[in-house]
Amino acid sequence: MYILCPFKLYISSPLNGFSRFPSLVGQCGNQIGCRFWDLALREHSAVNKKGIYDEALSSFFRNVNTRTDGDGADLCKGKIRSLKARALLIDMEEGVVNEILQGPLRDLFDSKQLITDVSGSGNNWAVGHKMYGCQFRDQIVEKLRKTAEHCDCLQCFFIIHSMGGGTGSGLGTFILKVLEDEFPEVYRFVTSVYPSREDDVITSPYNSVLAMKELSDHADCVLPIENESLFDIVSKINQMTNCGKLGSTVKQTSLITSSAGGIKHNREKPFDAMNNIVANLLLNLTSSARFEGSLNMDLNEISMNLVPFPQLHYLVSSLTPLYTLADVNVPPRRLDQMFSDAFSKDHQLLRADPKHSLYLACALLVRGNVQVSDLRRNIERMKPSLQFVSWNQEGWKTGLCSVPPVGHSHSLLALANNTCVKPTFIELRERFMMLYKKKAHLHHYLHVDGMEQSNFSEALSSLTDLIEEYNQLDASNCGPAIDPPRLEIAV
Amino acid sequence: MSIITIQLGQCGNQVGREVFDTICTDLHGGHGLCSKKENESYLAAGRERFFSEEKPGVLAARAVLVDMEPKVIGQTLSLASKSGCWTYDHQSHFCQKQGSGNNWANGYCVHGPKHKESIMNLVRKEAEKCDRLSGFLTVMSMAGGTGSGLGAFVTAGLKDAYPSSFLLNHVVWPYGTGEVIVQNYNAVLTLSHLYQSSDALLVHENDAVHKICAQLMNIKQISFRDVNRVIAHQLGSVFQPASSSSSDGATQYSRSPLGDLMEVLVPHPEFKMLGIRNIPQMSENSLPYTTFAWPGLLKHLRQMLIANAKMEEGIDWQVRPPVPGLPASRKESLKQPGRFNTSIANLVTLRGKDIQSADLGGFRDPALYTSWLNAPEDTLTVWKTPRAFNKYEKSASLVSNSQFLLKPLDSVVGKAWKMFASKAYIHQYTKFGLDEDDFLHCFTTLEQVIASYGSL
Ligand SMILES: Nc1nc2c(ncn2[C@@H]2O[C@H](COP(=O)(O)OP(=O)(O)O)[C@@H](O)[C@H]2O)c(=O)[nH]1
Ligand SMILES: Nc1nc2c(ncn2[C@@H]2O[C@H](COP(=O)(O)OP(=O)(O)O)[C@@H](O)[C@H]2O)c(=O)[nH]1
Ligand SMILES: [Mg+2]
Repeated sequence: MYILCPFKLYISSPLNGFSRFPSLVGQCGNQIGCRFWDLALREHSAVNKKGIYDEALSSFFRNVNTRTDGDGADLCKGKIRSLKARALLIDMEEGVVNEILQGPLRDLFDSKQLITDVSGSGNNWAVGHKMYGCQFRDQIVEKLRKTAEHCDCLQCFFIIHSMGGGTGSGLGTFILKVLEDEFPEVYRFVTSVYPSREDDVITSPYNSVLAMKELSDHADCVLPIENESLFDIVSKINQMTNCGKLGSTVKQTSLITSSAGGIKHNREKPFDAMNNIVANLLLNLTSSARFEGSLNMDLNEISMNLVPFPQLHYLVSSLTPLYTLADVNVPPRRLDQMFSDAFSKDHQLLRADPKHSLYLACALLVRGNVQVSDLRRNIERMKPSLQFVSWNQEGWKTGLCSVPPVGHSHSLLALANNTCVKPTFIELRERFMMLYKKKAHLHHYLHVDGMEQSNFSEALSSLTDLIEEYNQLDASNCGPAIDPPRLEIAV
Repeated sequence: MSIITIQLGQCGNQVGREVFDTICTDLHGGHGLCSKKENESYLAAGRERFFSEEKPGVLAARAVLVDMEPKVIGQTLSLASKSGCWTYDHQSHFCQKQGSGNNWANGYCVHGPKHKESIMNLVRKEAEKCDRLSGFLTVMSMAGGTGSGLGAFVTAGLKDAYPSSFLLNHVVWPYGTGEVIVQNYNAVLTLSHLYQSSDALLVHENDAVHKICAQLMNIKQISFRDVNRVIAHQLGSVFQPASSSSSDGATQYSRSPLGDLMEVLVPHPEFKMLGIRNIPQMSENSLPYTTFAWPGLLKHLRQMLIANAKMEEGIDWQVRPPVPGLPASRKESLKQPGRFNTSIANLVTLRGKDIQSADLGGFRDPALYTSWLNAPEDTLTVWKTPRAFNKYEKSASLVSNSQFLLKPLDSVVGKAWKMFASKAYIHQYTKFGLDEDDFLHCFTTLEQVIASYGSL
């Protein structure tokens, strides 16, 4: 059985001050994880029509018999009884978790999968990392072990969190370290939502930079995501579908922002459309480990192929197509468009432009009716317009999974290890410096037990080093590439 | 005599299944345009070679399936069962939960030692089913992690456990621009290790086969399945029974197919890279409307050899053997196109109608061969059978030990070396216990191979 242990941490606290998304003021509710589980169920029920608990399903879900066994002993094969998400929900306040427990997905979780507190982290990394970390370590390890015990081959942990707040940022990165200590063999993937320029959390630059050091040191791969990019994609889709002509022909379930076909909701939440994009990202990322294909791509292949140096593990992602038109014939032109779009600036989930920066490596994860010749044609076509680092001119990794996402005939997830992430990091450092120079809010952090001034300086220098590594790569690309002399052999 | 096939990793299992399918289809594909007696001895030899028959009428492939993840083997077993013509022995496979992650070191240093015993047990059980074992054929890609790393480990294990059996590694060479970014590292590590323990490496380049699918088979949207069918056809055209002696009456089929092949093609352990070409190759639809004559087929096949073309279309007819006595300007033209491809030894297999009339004089020309490795009468070997192969009334295939792989090998080593010089991805390998010296050692081995083939 294939098992991942995706693992949810992303729960938000009330937003302070002015929000870029005014409709959200006062609403809490980060629900990326929630959206993920909903869409994962939708995907598996579309493929698995017979209701049999199969290997694909077992990667995300346990199948337990709740009636005969209170403790829910795992059933292997056979009919689906009661599915439990292989996940841990952690928040230092109760609001969102309670909402999930009262919502339509409540049956997916039981109390052993929850860790909550009442007072929140106050958008303070130190509170999440140092205080709650210390306080909850044992409980977290124990629940992790319990969750892991249910997996007969634990492949990977996913952490989904935001960088700007206190709990996801602080406790989330604390858990990353715990995972490294307790499960050193298991890969750690982190999906991190970076704060936007006009973020409502004043201390978000501190929290993000402090978290960045942990991500650089302890994660295998990080998928940085920006809410602004998600927002732009949502607006673009709304524009396209509302302009009438297109609207009638788009398949509703195919929209990457849509929940159609999922479990019925009372009302859509404002973040839902954006969070659905992230949920789809995670589904596509794991599809090849769950479903068959002619060129499988396990999760450990991602870091193996895309991470040439330990710290340079930040991958910019893009998802295409954003929706599928309802007509069934797919001219090759449209298939090729999917590949072109994946490289365009406005399909990236981070405000970045990989096409005009330097690639260290690139992965294309394709789902659906796409063959190796389609891949070859498109790589050949795209190659001339992209710059790759001199020692990795053929830095392409590809996977072919034969099961397409719900509503699509094919889809593509592109992951780029590209120096285009640098501006995001530089900007983050600048915003950090603005506060740090004035020592603004510093005392809120230094109050917390275990938090030292050195945490700030070390985090800052870690980020500076990271930026410098990207600088050097960019610089090395300017001069002429000199091939290293080959080994001489005496014949 | 029998051959045990060991399918390793995704590629190995997908290709391996297609090979058994092709062979089985050929065996059941009618009378093969020859006498009944001829056909029966061909069938008997073919069956013994590749299948065991535990229950009458049910052929079970003599194969061991190995992968580190379950999906491919699951699919392979079920596709074989659905063929209705043959199956795999459902005990004879080994898989784990999670693949090797394209990491050679993971396959070689971790999975190898951990699973050696279970895998070798399966091999032993297969070997016990054979009355007479000729040797092992391993099928794998060199770009991934399981086929390449575990494959190299298992190959060394086979050599230890069965020192007197022959060991041929079929290796799928990755597309130039690939599916795996660290493919050049994995390739260097695989090839250098196989070079130590294998008797010979038979190589199929994905780019070349892909082109055959596009240009000769006219396939528009090419899948791995299409590529694998061509590979399987070529392998079948060599490994199906054929005889080296052309006595009268029913053909006497080669006793030890692998042994005979190695004996004629690998005269020196420094040279063990084998390539394969065949003619004709076309889509099934055009087959009935085409007629062939031996002189034309063999003329093309010879030019494919000397001009190093992988298929009959687009051959460079300008390339000629060097005129004896003239100094060849070798060094500078080593990797250039239009260069003459020097052979060490060749094996031509002819199948089908009028084989007696086929004239192979063109392949005997001493100018085709390097002068010092073989006696002139040992450079060319011919296998024949009047039994037609896979619907082709006439067909010829050529396995050659020549400089054909020089350019791709040089390119793979060059790219890997460039990456190595920048230390990229090294940490991924050291994590599993492979260090920089191990890499250097492998680079040295392959530079040596390049130099040796280059100096022919
Ligand atoms: N994409 C997305 N971002 C969110 C969501 N909820 C909050 N955020 C962002 O997360 C950041 C605040 O972090 P939050 O998760 O509330 O803090 P925590 O609960 O202490 O981890 C801000 O940048 C918000 O814009 C959500 O549901 N989806
Ligand atoms: N010809 C062919 N090549 C394949 C096939 N599947 C994978 N490959 C090649 O094999 C390499 C990847 O190795 P793979 O066998 O998937 O890795 P493994 O499972 O770890 O051994 C790439 O170079 C692919 O081009 C196949 O079915 N046919
Ligand atoms: Mg594999």
